[in-house]
Amino acid sequence: MEINASKRGPRLHVKLAGELDHHSAEQTRNMLDTLLKDITVRDLTLDLSGVSFMDSAGLGVILGRYRILSMRGGHLTVTGMSGAIDRIFRMSGIYAIVDRQ
Amino acid sequence: MDNWMELTFPSLSVNEGFARAATAAFAALLNPTIDELSDLRTAVSEAVTNAIIHAYGNDRSAMITLRCEAEGQRLKIVVKDTGCGIADIELARRPFYTSKPELERSGMGFAVMEAFMDSVEIESSPGEGTAVIMEKQIGSISAS
Repeated sequence: MEINASKRGPRLHVKLAGELDHHSAEQTRNMLDTLLKDITVRDLTLDLSGVSFMDSAGLGVILGRYRILSMRGGHLTVTGMSGAIDRIFRMSGIYAIVDRQ
Repeated sequence: MDNWMELTFPSLSVNEGFARAATAAFAALLNPTIDELSDLRTAVSEAVTNAIIHAYGNDRSAMITLRCEAEGQRLKIVVKDTGCGIADIELARRPFYTSKPELERSGMGFAVMEAFMDSVEIESSPGEGTAVIMEKQIGSISAS
């Protein structure tokens, strides 16, 4: 998984590129958590336009980061979903807690 | 049965992508739509990941068998392991249930398989292993 991050004030924008499955989940989780160690980050936007595949392991990664942000009063936004990823998001009900752009 | 293939590989997470690619390559013979291919890849990924995490608990030397069968436009996929088995299949199928919350799993694996395939059956015996049998009709919206 490739990660490109940029920060502006409390906003962190992260673009993911690659396949987000159980194989890449741990590495992706670790990279995101390293970025979230900066406690000034309140709003995380995950740009998934470069994610060519995602399964329920990706849901786990996103839900886990949502929990970290919500504990500090922050938000998580997802953007750039393919039709397949949007379908998994919709069936899981994740849009009830995670914003979409 | 018109055509089939069977692969056996060790329960390494890197093989999740391999299993998806192999399934997509076999299914391509049935002229699926892009969406159908995506559904198959996702369902196989969930089943193989379950075998790696739950059946074998990361025993990397254990083996997983992936079998694809085509009969007409009907595709049958079987993902089989010889791991710990599932004691309560109904519970395992329940959306958001996970036996390993510490791994930050979403508990949506079987729900995703059910959403993306026409049918999903689970045959399991504790201590002997699990077979996930999934079927999908390919090209139901006929593509020329």
